[in-house]
Amino acid sequence: MMMKNTSKGQVFKLRAGERITGKWHRNEYSIIRELGSGATGTVYLASGRNGQVAVKTGHDSMAIISEVNVLKHFSRVQGKILGPSLIDVDDFVHGQQQIPFYVMEFLKGETLFQFMKDHKPEWAGILLVQLLTDLQMLHQAGWVFGDLKPDNLLVVGPPHRVRWIDVGGTTQVGRSIKEYTEFFDRGYWGLGTRKAEPSYDLFAASMIMINLAYPQRFEKRKDGGGQLKEAVKNSSMLSPFQSVLLKGLYGKYRSAEEMRNDMVSVLNNKGTSRMSAPPAKGQRTASRSGQRVKKKKKKRAVMFETVLLGSFLFIVYLFYLVSQSM
Amino acid sequence: MDLKKGTLRQVLLITDGCSNQGEDPVAMAALAREHGITVNVIGIMEENSPEYLHKGLKEVEDISLSGGGVSQIVYTAQLSQTVQMVTRKGMTQTIHGVINSELQQILGKDSTIEDLPPEKRGEVMEVVDDLGETMDLELIILVDASGSMEKKLATVQESLIDLSISLNSRMGYNQFALFSFPGKKDDTEKLIDWTPQLNSITSAFSKLSSGGITPTGPAIKAAINEFTNRRSKRRLITGDDEEYIEGSGF
Ligand SMILES: Nc1ncnc2c1ncn2[C@@H]1O[C@H](COP(=O)(O)OP(=O)(O)OP(=O)(O)O)[C@@H](O)[C@H]1O
Ligand SMILES: [Mg+2]
Repeated sequence: MMMKNTSKGQVFKLRAGERITGKWHRNEYSIIRELGSGATGTVYLASGRNGQVAVKTGHDSMAIISEVNVLKHFSRVQGKILGPSLIDVDDFVHGQQQIPFYVMEFLKGETLFQFMKDHKPEWAGILLVQLLTDLQMLHQAGWVFGDLKPDNLLVVGPPHRVRWIDVGGTTQVGRSIKEYTEFFDRGYWGLGTRKAEPSYDLFAASMIMINLAYPQRFEKRKDGGGQLKEAVKNSSMLSPFQSVLLKGLYGKYRSAEEMRNDMVSVLNNKGTSRMSAPPAKGQRTASRSGQRVKKKKKKRAVMFETVLLGSFLFIVYLFYLVSQSM
Repeated sequence: MDLKKGTLRQVLLITDGCSNQGEDPVAMAALAREHGITVNVIGIMEENSPEYLHKGLKEVEDISLSGGGVSQIVYTAQLSQTVQMVTRKGMTQTIHGVINSELQQILGKDSTIEDLPPEKRGEVMEVVDDLGETMDLELIILVDASGSMEKKLATVQESLIDLSISLNSRMGYNQFALFSFPGKKDDTEKLIDWTPQLNSITSAFSKLSSGGITPTGPAIKAAINEFTNRRSKRRLITGDDEEYIEGSGF
């Protein structure tokens, strides 16, 4: 959806091979190709003095500058990087127009949907755990992501890790959400305000899972809350996470960390129950019960052995990934 | 002017086409702007609406241009999100305009925020964001209730409740009033008097009688009068010399 901003110039595109030079800092970037475009502008892959970068240009200088402000605040957050790091901010002259742009780290990855097409469904839960880890840090720094949706997430790696792009909706805690997308907005579903608070993002995070299970999305009916509950129940991909997702949707979590920990324990239990097909008692001690079965009889079918080994490796990998995201 | 104390005065006009009665709405929007009132316009379109209605929507852009606001043409299904985006952008644009005109006083006639180096621009933008979040807002919503709008009014109602969710998530204080045009007796009818919440809207639209004429210009004029009367009334009662933001500088 394009916003007609009555005081601004028109949209234009840069071509591969074109060079742009910043008016203020005199850095030169050579455009390689377009990465994508949306409401605020267009993002290009470009090469700068120190290698490949992503350049975002826009027609609305206010929107560009407020994204830059958010990215600047991120670089002040200690420890891990949240979102792409900011490299340069400048304007270039194109014909009669002065076009604002900023330069950020190029994240090489696939969109969430592309990634899930080529990977097993269990990845969805793991990516959510990673996302919640980052959200916890963002919230602690006093910010709420706002426009959280699959389009604004990339999966980089291997090792696979979810990263967010497009910080256009990122808002200081306590203010009103700057930008949102209806399907991921709790206000739209009648499940809360648009005040920037951690639970706003946790709702959207749950909706991302729902969107992965229902790629076509769906329209709201009268009772939005009940409708989402049904959607979770009726999906075999989502039902194992039902308690976590519903708490996320209904604003029952006070922090991303709480939701993350619940998610991790569901993922752990899920792995175990699949490994030991007959009803096992100690559902929690995944690897131990696995070994016990293994020792018991040599003559077990090779098939079973393979499946077992496969899921064992999967669990090890899962722990690896979860610890990665901590 | 002290921005911190000011109140943003905005008109949100929701229509699906050409005005055909009374003053020229583009002129009335220009007048509104002289009063420091910003006029934002949303033109509603149906996917299979006849061609002549599309043409009428050019007026939408003209009104917002002359009213210093933002406009957007939209299909009925996307109305909610558009209503809140247009309102938000309109507010930001007004503040941006005031800051620009202050900059011009300091830096000279042709200076705008865009002429500042990016670092300074970022600081100015933080101020714009701050004000947009914390300033008080008075919003008059003008809803076209001409015959062609009849089927769309349910969606309009939903989108206004949605707008109320957005604006009431802000830190600043809000006051809304809702007008329809044409009214039962006059060009314009006040459906909801000033209120901080738009929940009462549900019953308001059932009172509408859709007629054949579309007096958009008179409706904008009525909004100007409402703001002016309200302001002088308040001054009388409280002696309050509250400043209003002027939407000039573009
Ligand atoms: N740092 C980056 N590295 C790699 N690709 C990126 C980066 N930033 C953006 N992109 C790509 O460009 C696309 C558009 O970027 P972005 O979402 O920031 O644009 P937008 O105009 O804000 O869109 P919208 O507001 O509609 O979501 C993204 O979907 C992504 O594919
Ligand atoms: Mg985006």
